[in-house]
Amino acid sequence: MTVPQTAATATPYDDGVRAAAARSRTSRRRVPRPVPLLAAAFFVLVFVAAAFPGLFASLFAGLFNQGPNVVDPAAALRGPSQGHPFGTDQLGRDVFARVVYGARPSLLVGLGSTLLAGAAGSVWGLLAALGGRVAGEAAMRVADVFLAFPSILMALLVVAVLGPGTGHAVVAITISLAPGFARIVRVQALVVRGSPYVRAATNLGLPPWRILCRHIVPNVLAPLLILATLNVGTAIIAGASLSFLGLGPQPPDPEWGSMLAQARDYLDASWTLAVFPGAAITLTVMSVSVIGRELQARYEGRESR
Amino acid sequence: MTGAAPAEPLLAVERLSVDFTTRQGVVRAVRDVSLSLRAGECLAVVGESGSGKSVTARALLGLAGRTADVRAEILSFEGRDLRRLSPGQWRKLRGRRAGYVLQDALTSLDPLRRVGDEVAEPLEVHGLASRDTLDEQVIELLAEAGVPDADVRYLQYPHELSGGLRQRALIASAIAARPSLLVADEPTTALDVTVQAQVLDLLKGMKDAGTAVLLISHDLAVVARLADHIAILYGGMVVERGPAAALLAAPAHPYAVDLLAAVPSLDGPVTEPPALRSAPPAETGCPYAPRCSLADDRCAAELPTPVPYGPDRMVRCWRPVTDETGRRPRPAPPAQPAPARGRAVVTVRGVTKRFRSPDASWRTAVDDVSFDLMAGEALGLVGESGSGKSTTARIVLAEFEPDAGSVLLDGQAWSGLRERDRRARRSRVQLIDQDPLSSFDPRFTVERVIAEALPGRSRGDAARRGGRDRVVELLGEVGLDAGLLGRRPGQLSGGQRQRVAIARALAPNPEVIVCDEPVSALDVTVQAQILALLARLRREVGVSLLFISHDLGVVRQVCDRVAVMKDGAVVEIGEIDTVFRSPRAAYTRALLAAVPRIDAGPAAGKLASAMDLKGPT
Repeated sequence: MTVPQTAATATPYDDGVRAAAARSRTSRRRVPRPVPLLAAAFFVLVFVAAAFPGLFASLFAGLFNQGPNVVDPAAALRGPSQGHPFGTDQLGRDVFARVVYGARPSLLVGLGSTLLAGAAGSVWGLLAALGGRVAGEAAMRVADVFLAFPSILMALLVVAVLGPGTGHAVVAITISLAPGFARIVRVQALVVRGSPYVRAATNLGLPPWRILCRHIVPNVLAPLLILATLNVGTAIIAGASLSFLGLGPQPPDPEWGSMLAQARDYLDASWTLAVFPGAAITLTVMSVSVIGRELQARYEGRESR
Repeated sequence: MTGAAPAEPLLAVERLSVDFTTRQGVVRAVRDVSLSLRAGECLAVVGESGSGKSVTARALLGLAGRTADVRAEILSFEGRDLRRLSPGQWRKLRGRRAGYVLQDALTSLDPLRRVGDEVAEPLEVHGLASRDTLDEQVIELLAEAGVPDADVRYLQYPHELSGGLRQRALIASAIAARPSLLVADEPTTALDVTVQAQVLDLLKGMKDAGTAVLLISHDLAVVARLADHIAILYGGMVVERGPAAALLAAPAHPYAVDLLAAVPSLDGPVTEPPALRSAPPAETGCPYAPRCSLADDRCAAELPTPVPYGPDRMVRCWRPVTDETGRRPRPAPPAQPAPARGRAVVTVRGVTKRFRSPDASWRTAVDDVSFDLMAGEALGLVGESGSGKSTTARIVLAEFEPDAGSVLLDGQAWSGLRERDRRARRSRVQLIDQDPLSSFDPRFTVERVIAEALPGRSRGDAARRGGRDRVVELLGEVGLDAGLLGRRPGQLSGGQRQRVAIARALAPNPEVIVCDEPVSALDVTVQAQILALLARLRREVGVSLLFISHDLGVVRQVCDRVAVMKDGAVVEIGEIDTVFRSPRAAYTRALLAAVPRIDAGPAAGKLASAMDLKGPT
């Protein structure tokens, strides 16, 4: 037993099969598979577009050279061409530029609302799990009421009260997502609180706040991070839906959802108008879920022995 | 053994190999295994986890899986060549001609189906029963498997049955189609001794009725009770094979000798557990060479060939053990310093704890229990599952408040305090439990796990505050080296994990360590090492142990005194030798009688003589 050995060599036979499976997960960690890699690359691209649309514009200076809101009625509703790789819309605005500039509000809504919902849901769920019976029950019944509404309806309600706009869309989606997070955090916190390692820490005489900070919170949040990633896609779609309904960023600012809504009226004249914002939404959401699932697989790989 | 055993073996296996192809290459799980089994006989395949015993059983039933490459020169059952069976033919064989009993009866039984339906399934699938007589047949089978009130039980769901009854129901379903072969993979491992005795009885009855039994087990004592022949597996190979009585009386392979020596015994002198080296099976040469005390250069370089060893025996070893080289009597352990009686560390007085059952009635888990744990003493707590052992432990750990009675620690109040007042003293009572892995924060390294338990300021950032030295020192005390500091518990072997758990329990310099089944999940050789470690620490550190186990042999190895619990109450307490030699309570006698033991006597048939027990209640 004094010989250092890995679990894999310690049990090389029928347990070895499991160990080998675990090892193969480890090796996959070193060499990422192509699809998640592609998804990650695409997401980085979208992220750069959202953060520095100007940089993006200058990188592709040869392809388009006008801002997203430059109107040119003479060139309205053109198909893809040199100078307008994605074509132009009904006001002659460059669709490529609009798709690039539209990344920011879309990601802002997706990432921002997920982040806020995750934070609010974590506090909510931890309070419900650890804050005593009455507080816990009350917190979960409130969550039940919120969850009784379909999330898009909930978001619509909030926007109806607050009024349209990017910031309000973020708030609306945060409110619709937070109770779901709260529920999962509560269950996870209950599991961790009852776990033998928390029992061991209690038997060492550690004070409760220390157990909370050192054992409970990190072990609750690690799996939550992955769930949150998967949720970004949902939030992006919710954000696009709101702006499709005209409740997100207001015109003339580009946003994928509102671009889709406008394109709907001109489908006869130019079908490409709807394809590019639609593809942007689809590919972004898909890449986010692929990344989320990959993270999940890796996390579970680390967990399983 | 019945006299009607035919000359032709029912199951014949020659040079069976099972390889698993993984991304990391080929894992050779079973290598060159040859076995044969006749009707009415029991062959036991014994080995530690990872030895390939379960893979062997699964391969014989066509269940090795898609990633397995099964090869054999001969693989025949009832005269049929199993190597050529199609999946459909395998299905017809399983359940119809060969029954399979798994270890964990709760997960093997479908929770959503009634027990009777489960037992009826093989009858229906193989078309052995008509609709009208099905129920009758099922009830008959359950009764035959020793399920009392079978006509009621067959309508119940698995969760409504106890562990022993579930195992019997599983056996009933395995024998429903009257197979000629029953493969039992660790059929009694999760069971209490008394229930274990009953299940072994049942298997013995079936063997006597002419069924061939292939028993897979890690427990030589269980095997001794039932087996006619024993094959000992190590590193996927049969290292020794022979008639049970002869093999147990005079094992020839060094591994068989070590394995037998590691079994804690109920009779005979308490001996120092053998100091076994621990290493994975070798890839070249003899797989046991890295752990073998007799190994030489040849053993490391060259795989031994199987050689005959006495009548009907085989050993795969270059240097088989003889009386001169090996089977020396083991030395008695250094005398325990007589514990300074007089100062009780933990005083338990009239403690009672009740829990609310799901049906709103109250169940008394611990009933008016009193005992003292003296300084430096090891007190054993034995009893079947549900007897209140663990609840008592949790009351001593102050995880539960007793409903009545009190617990004192060093003469001061321990139960009935506010948690805030108790917290400072909590580190004086520590716990080692059955599953160390789940008691470690999965994100923590070995270093952080132990450092967290260090007293005072060095908690947490061990490296910065010089606590690392103490962590390394503690690892050394439990026989681990500093190379493990950065490992995560999931990367350690079972024995290493338990050692880390012991190091953590020692870190705050406690006066009492509560050991709740600390070795029951370990292989017998690893178990012997951990028990030796606990005994040594008790001598050197002087810590008191409250040692809970269902295994009486283990308790005897470690403890000075023992308390026997039944239905929440202590039925007998006293010096361990007194209690085990001349038990006063009827329950203690029943418990002792149910323990399987290895008599090194000449006739294996006589081993079953202690099997007249029909349950404790």
